[in-house]
Amino acid sequence: MSNNLRIALRFLTARKRSMLMSLSGIVFGVGFFIVTQAQTSGFEEFFVKTILGTNGAIRIEDKLQATMFFMPATNSYQESEFQLKTPREARKYIEGVEEPDAMMKALREFRNVSGVSIIVEGSVIADSSFKNDTAKVLGIRLDDHLAVSDLAAQVGRGSGSLDDFRTTPQGLLMGLELAKRLQLVVGDSVILRAGTEQRRYRLSGIFTTGVRDIDRIRIYMHLGEARSLLKKATGASSIQVALFDRDRAPQDAAQMEQVLKHGAQSWQEREVSWLEAFHALQISAALTVSTIILISGLGMFNTLAMIVIEKTKEIAILRSMGYTRQDIARIFIWLGAIVLVIGTVGGWLLGAGVTYGVSKYPIHLRGIFSADNFQVHWSIWHYVVGTITAGVVVMTAAIIPARRAARLEPGDIIRGTSQ
Amino acid sequence: MSAKVNSTADIALRCTNLHRYLGQGEGRVHVLRGVSFEARRGNVTAIVGPSGCGKSTTLYLLGLLDRPDDGSIWIRDQLMSNSSDSDRTAARGEHIGFVFQFHFLMQEFSALDNVMMPMRKLGKLAEDEMAARAASLLNDVGLGDKTHRLATQLSGGEQQRVAIARALANQPAIILADEPTGNLDAKNSGIVFDLLTRLAKENGQAVVLVTHNPDIANRCDEIKPMRDGEFVN
Repeated sequence: MSNNLRIALRFLTARKRSMLMSLSGIVFGVGFFIVTQAQTSGFEEFFVKTILGTNGAIRIEDKLQATMFFMPATNSYQESEFQLKTPREARKYIEGVEEPDAMMKALREFRNVSGVSIIVEGSVIADSSFKNDTAKVLGIRLDDHLAVSDLAAQVGRGSGSLDDFRTTPQGLLMGLELAKRLQLVVGDSVILRAGTEQRRYRLSGIFTTGVRDIDRIRIYMHLGEARSLLKKATGASSIQVALFDRDRAPQDAAQMEQVLKHGAQSWQEREVSWLEAFHALQISAALTVSTIILISGLGMFNTLAMIVIEKTKEIAILRSMGYTRQDIARIFIWLGAIVLVIGTVGGWLLGAGVTYGVSKYPIHLRGIFSADNFQVHWSIWHYVVGTITAGVVVMTAAIIPARRAARLEPGDIIRGTSQ
Repeated sequence: MSAKVNSTADIALRCTNLHRYLGQGEGRVHVLRGVSFEARRGNVTAIVGPSGCGKSTTLYLLGLLDRPDDGSIWIRDQLMSNSSDSDRTAARGEHIGFVFQFHFLMQEFSALDNVMMPMRKLGKLAEDEMAARAASLLNDVGLGDKTHRLATQLSGGEQQRVAIARALANQPAIILADEPTGNLDAKNSGIVFDLLTRLAKENGQAVVLVTHNPDIANRCDEIKPMRDGEFVN
């Protein structure tokens, strides 16, 4: 063990009470930092899973048609180049996907794509014996759609069965909120009207995504039936794409747009306002909790400054024995480091314990997602960032008294005490 | 009294024409006015004089704890008065042992740890060798059975004896003692002084001590009376 560390360990007990207070501040600061980050990112993560499970990672929608091309003769280095450029304002969007099966085939060629599902979409009026309501029909191929969504789990949380839907050409899957408004249960029949077309269907299942806006209007039916009801014999309204690595969605979407000449929107772009709200909440929570660490750092600074004052004689005698100014500074840096290590390890344990406890706490959340207990996200980065924050604060609080201690002149101290 | 040796090789510490001012502005005082001095190995020198005459200031300059405004200090023929802080610190660790009026033990450490403290910094011995030497020194000062007691569990006299053992730990050439018996009763003063001088003489160390106590001063090899920042006679 280094001699400076040995001395620091003994000095640690010099002001036990205030040192303990500073230490607890670091423990609580780091602990609560971890807990708040685990919660905010937990809810964000849950939200992302919900939207990915409902609308997929990427949606291919409208066809892009360039109305203007630029062909620059030289680049900024005055070198010749051959390149076709289509400015954003020179694009025209043609609604829907004309060749959905060809598009699916092309999409499956992307390495990151794990699933593709054609969707034919249209507005309808749903009539039950109780009332009627507007709804949005999504025609799907069930197996394709199960590969790009959490529909199976969503039906599991609702009622009815996918098997019934699979084997019933006139079967429907309806959002929970819409089913409640129409007072329908699984097995009931419902009439859907689209334009002049009017057909009777059987409710095979009720699903709940947790997103109230979706559960209030969405109905799934078989693709062929949707084409017939909505009179869309060919093409598709959109294609829902699932990815192996969801974080690459913006790059993949850009590439798909470039290659397939169709508008492609990643989930990050689609849900930007919610994601920004979550990030703002996360930063706000981090800043709020960091004040605990900051206040503990001030307490730590105060404690170390007091120790420097109390230990001036010891500092002088150490200097007289040949201890350098760097040795003296290191003793106080060690003091800070010891408190930092104990405080952060304690904070990790507290943070992990409270995070676990909170994750078991029951709550009933519905709206942008459906959750029955607190959502937490376990990430090593919460621990790393909490430690870095505490490290910066505590070591800054230690360096100032350490420098002061190192500057003390042993002759001045001894003269002051011996004469 | 030991026989005086005139060889320069025996001179452990030498200073010439030391001047030191303390304070600032109108309060600036010329504390040392050209002090010159030599300390020889195996010799015990007492610097005596009234309070404020500059005894302790001289000792701190000789111990490289302070810098002179003018003059030169040699430690074992090496000019140290203008050397860097790190050289002065290293010289203190290797060549000088201090005993102060207030023992200045590290209260959180045992007697053994306190004596090992300078050895640990110098780093010439292994941990077990350091512990053995510290135990031997504590035995020499009569505290062989109290090596593991905390400084706070020792009496004033015992603490000063630990401070002497600590000063001798690195076998320095020079022992500087500032009123080493000033805080002790007559019996303990005698014990501490005898111990300091006996061990220093056995090891051939130069001892320079500042004292107000005439009995202690009269038992030294040499007495250097001081008045108004100068040695007199």
